[in-house]
Amino acid sequence: MKSETLKQIQTDRREKRPVVLVTNLKSGQEQLVYPDDLKTKDTNLELWTAAERAQRMDKSQTITIDGDDLFLHVFNAPLRMIIVGAVHIAQPLALIASLTEFDVTIVDPRRSFATPERFPRVKILHQWPDKGLQSLSPDRRTAVVTLTHDPKLDDAALSIALKSTAFYIGALGSKKTHDARLKRLNQQNFNDTELNRIHGPVGLSIHATSPAEIAISIMGEVVTQLRTNW
Amino acid sequence: MKQVLDMDILDTAIEWDTSGLKLAIATVIKTWGSSPRPVGSLLLVNETGEFVGSVSGGCIEGAVIQSALEVIKEEKPRLLDFGITNSQAWEVGLACGGKVQIFVENIS
Repeated sequence: MKSETLKQIQTDRREKRPVVLVTNLKSGQEQLVYPDDLKTKDTNLELWTAAERAQRMDKSQTITIDGDDLFLHVFNAPLRMIIVGAVHIAQPLALIASLTEFDVTIVDPRRSFATPERFPRVKILHQWPDKGLQSLSPDRRTAVVTLTHDPKLDDAALSIALKSTAFYIGALGSKKTHDARLKRLNQQNFNDTELNRIHGPVGLSIHATSPAEIAISIMGEVVTQLRTNW
Repeated sequence: MKQVLDMDILDTAIEWDTSGLKLAIATVIKTWGSSPRPVGSLLLVNETGEFVGSVSGGCIEGAVIQSALEVIKEEKPRLLDFGITNSQAWEVGLACGGKVQIFVENIS
């Protein structure tokens, strides 16, 4: 690999531009293919189509074109997790999500909750959740988890998340709390199909009780959604 | 504990390259059956034998690093196969029963 290629990949990743590194497994020759670049589509449709598909599925793979084995290495924009509510569960969740290579942002207008001491090395946004989520604009590589238990804050976040392409939306709260939440959101004109996107009560059923255990159950559900529902 | 993410591995590659070290990078390009690291996983090796990242649960790292050091010298890429059908792989111990193919190339 040429060092220029390496630098270009890192620049693309920092600028959140999806790129596919195509390497000929015999000669070692390489080229970068951008799914957004239609010029490559015109010059080498077969390669572009395969690269675009690999990027969309987030699946690096080997393909064969004209007898050449080519490895398509997908470098996608980083996965993100937006956690609404700088509560106790958010602390282990932010940590576990970071270890899982998610870029974590905590949104909470309450400055005494969302402090860098309680949340080292993650981004903190002191904004009302609807404003905060709007500015973060969740996409297909984003998970949104609301943890505040406060309808004023959670509903504000969910109403924006539901309008986004976020691949996962989860809301903490009991079955009863969740039913009440769905009723309120229904009154905001979200239909059942839209509301079904919300995982509530949040997380896989692993009989979790402590904040760290609940964080693990949430992370398990996020990973399941990420790896099975593209 | 410093966690090493794939993003950091490429940053380390740029850092080592800029400092004049010769390097090779190994990429998992295919897996069959049970294998601990997914396709696209990276292992970066410099000429002094220092490395970051992983291409398995630790069972074949030694052999891959050895190949990487040879690739650094020869400046020619290599395709490595490890798996239960490969007797050499048993020697380096891919005990999980999976198969994995790894591409090793130098960075220039």
